[in-house]
Amino acid sequence: MSAPVLLLSRVTREHVQGDTVVHALCGVDLAVHAGELVAVMGPSGSGKSTLLHVAGGLDTPTAGSVFVEGRDLATLTAAQVAAVRRRSVGYVFQDLNLLPSLSALENVSLPLELDGVRRGMARRAAREALDEVGVGALAGRFPDEMSGGQQQRVAIARALVGPRRLLLADEPTGALDCTTGEEVLRVLRGRCEAGAAGVLVTHEARHAAWADRVVFLRDGVVVDQSGPVAGAESLLAGGAV
Amino acid sequence: MSIRHGLLALLERGPSHGYQLRAEFDAATGATWPLNVGQVYTTLDRLERDGFVVQDGAPDADGRIAYRITDEGRAEVRAWFTSPVSPKAAPRDELAIKLALAVTTPGVDVVSVVQTQRGATMTSLQELTRLKVQAGSGGGDLAWSLVLDSLVFRAEAEIRWLDHCEARVARAAAGRAVPAPTSVAPIPPTPVTAAKQARR
Repeated sequence: MSAPVLLLSRVTREHVQGDTVVHALCGVDLAVHAGELVAVMGPSGSGKSTLLHVAGGLDTPTAGSVFVEGRDLATLTAAQVAAVRRRSVGYVFQDLNLLPSLSALENVSLPLELDGVRRGMARRAAREALDEVGVGALAGRFPDEMSGGQQQRVAIARALVGPRRLLLADEPTGALDCTTGEEVLRVLRGRCEAGAAGVLVTHEARHAAWADRVVFLRDGVVVDQSGPVAGAESLLAGGAV
Repeated sequence: MSIRHGLLALLERGPSHGYQLRAEFDAATGATWPLNVGQVYTTLDRLERDGFVVQDGAPDADGRIAYRITDEGRAEVRAWFTSPVSPKAAPRDELAIKLALAVTTPGVDVVSVVQTQRGATMTSLQELTRLKVQAGSGGGDLAWSLVLDSLVFRAEAEIRWLDHCEARVARAAAGRAVPAPTSVAPIPPTPVTAAKQARR
């Protein structure tokens, strides 16, 4: 098997609150390979979001290592970590953070342009990313001219634009209704099947079920994992005894 | 699951024999509740005894007998569709009983029982989601996809309930302020499979 796109090795993250030390994460191991979508489930305060922040270089572990595409983030300078964040990692957060004064196309191409990609090339890549998530026709619209589901797709396109191979999503279906939320998961899933590695943080079992593997987090510790069984037939045939 | 009413509902579409009924039942429910042909014929016998169906003419060349629904049968189907499924009538819930016993039986690691079950339920929820994705991409068979949705919501509810159990058990253990017996070798838990539950 090829090297994982994301590797967390014995990752611990402590926060000091007054006199007490809170373990947000405690010796967590997690490997996510290209083509794989992993869901992280757990109640609030279980360390889900911390895990995602550490994985994306937005937070630094107290102990242990984080590797993104084989590079140990602890050995990189702040500028290099920022470059990894911009080039290798895509984030989808519940809070979409689309810039209201920019069109969908501009919102998606902005990160590339900020990274020094020529405008024409960045716009082409943005258009492709919008097409991929099914909102290519809305490229010229502004965020307030789109539905919640459409905005969420634009946010995903922005997370995917360029050659990023690690996708981190925190409750990406947050405010969306059931059917629209499912569409968002379908897009995430499709992108992972096309070769990205994905981590989906959620407290909804129904959403986690879109992943290849589900990791259960409790008080910063991985207590349980579930993967796919042999085949769907085993689920349906078992009762025929 | 009422096979009786399922078969009667199918017969309302027109006369049919056992093999055909089984195939139609599987097609309608996506083989979620697989029937064997013996069950089908036993059920048809009882339906005939109760006056809900009658034999429709002589056996065909292969010796198969077709059945036709009677007016009484039609009334029965209507009554079935218009009455809710009673949660009391369903012989559930092995899992709840298992958890209740786990909590009261010494030496059982309840948390591990919960986690084992949640892992199994999550795995079946993943499988159901995969089936849903396949169903959705094929243009969609509405009946089948609604059956899947029902199983998805049920699995989701079960996981939510298991999360709740885990939290309650943890709180109760903390309240007792006794070292949690997690290091004691637990009785290995066997998950209740979704397939078994789907039958109920």
